[in-house]
Amino acid sequence: MEYALILVGAVLVNNIVLNQFLGICPFLGVSSRTSTAVGMGAAVIFVMTMATIAAWLIQDLVLVPLNIGFLQTVTFILVIASLVQLVEIVLKKVSPPLYQALGVYLPLITTNCAILGVAILVVTRGYNLGQSVVFAIGSSAGFLLALYIFAGIRERLALVNVPKAMRGAPIALVTAGLLALAFGGFTGMV
Amino acid sequence: MNLRSEFTKGFFKENPVFVLLLGMCPTLGVTSSAFNGLGMGLATTMVLLGSNVVVALIKNLIPDKVRIPAFIVVIASFVTIIDLTMAAYVPALHAQLGLFIPLIVVNCIILGRTEAFASKSGLLVSVIDALGMGLGFTMALVLLGTLREILGNGTVFTVAIPVISSNPMLVFIMPAGAFLALGFLIAGVNALRSRFELAAAIRSGEPQFRFGAVPLFDATDAKRAAEELAAKKAARSAAAAPPGASESKEGE
Repeated sequence: MEYALILVGAVLVNNIVLNQFLGICPFLGVSSRTSTAVGMGAAVIFVMTMATIAAWLIQDLVLVPLNIGFLQTVTFILVIASLVQLVEIVLKKVSPPLYQALGVYLPLITTNCAILGVAILVVTRGYNLGQSVVFAIGSSAGFLLALYIFAGIRERLALVNVPKAMRGAPIALVTAGLLALAFGGFTGMV
Repeated sequence: MNLRSEFTKGFFKENPVFVLLLGMCPTLGVTSSAFNGLGMGLATTMVLLGSNVVVALIKNLIPDKVRIPAFIVVIASFVTIIDLTMAAYVPALHAQLGLFIPLIVVNCIILGRTEAFASKSGLLVSVIDALGMGLGFTMALVLLGTLREILGNGTVFTVAIPVISSNPMLVFIMPAGAFLALGFLIAGVNALRSRFELAAAIRSGEPQFRFGAVPLFDATDAKRAAEELAAKKAARSAAAAPPGASESKEGE
């Protein structure tokens, strides 16, 4: 039950993009087509879960025992950057079709603040390893959900005659605002 | 490329938020009040200044292949310094900004400036660039924070505004309001930019994109606008001319 609450909370109530403002760059940048949105979302689910496990283990086994918690930011960003590289190399070797599907999105993920954000969040909230994994899966699934809906809206929006000054980023942000308002309906559910 | 234009470009022409659309996460995440925006902007400016200085100094020592990881370590060190300093001296603001302080490390503005500018330039211009870009970012955050605070809470820097504060539009300090406010602010900046660019284009007779890299109208737009303007002028001078003359014109 506790895990289910964490999952629902991460996907719907505290949606990582629309409520926490993490990962806005890919949210605005890779959302013009639903097919690329799914690719990006899948890559984020994969990397975020791996990165959160790695960050949790490092925090618990290295930083806390050695009493060097202040190195958290430096360590986590290095771990995530090298993990993305590692995932890219392993995928290329082990599963070329998956690499074909996710390959172009992997380098972009290093600068996705949602990955680092979730890794830091699970530490500050004091989750255990199981809770951290569920939270990471929930957050990244929430990212995929928001990105997919948003891309669907933007596909329709491409056919509409938008006022000149509103074209591009402004109309995308207003659309995201309305989407966030809709997700606001989940407030208080958990 | 003089120092003055290096400094001022961050405010309007290459403003990181309004024109380049970088650093969106902290921009949206912390601007529920003007003061939070100011704190976040200044923290980012300090990190940008520190990392630009260090990168400009050590750029010749770093092998080209590992330069990005090296830059990230430099940036992450400055973020840690700012994080701990803020926790010690401004704990209330530090708690408000929370997660977004360690996340300065993945702010695209900082890696972008160190990679695109400081790694290729001298110390002095890098400092000027960092200050200009950082303060331009701060300006954007304060602008957005002030707008959201006025509409959503009826206050400016926590000072209540009489009529509005009794009926604030709460949505503007909620997450949805961040997207809406920034969307309309960028649209406003775009409208201003296109007006300036169009004016410059009409003066010179061809499109001139002095503000921002992205043109907001194409050459045919400028041409049509110039023709419309000329037609309007002609109409105005015709109206100003004696009534008999204009009537004969209409008769034709």
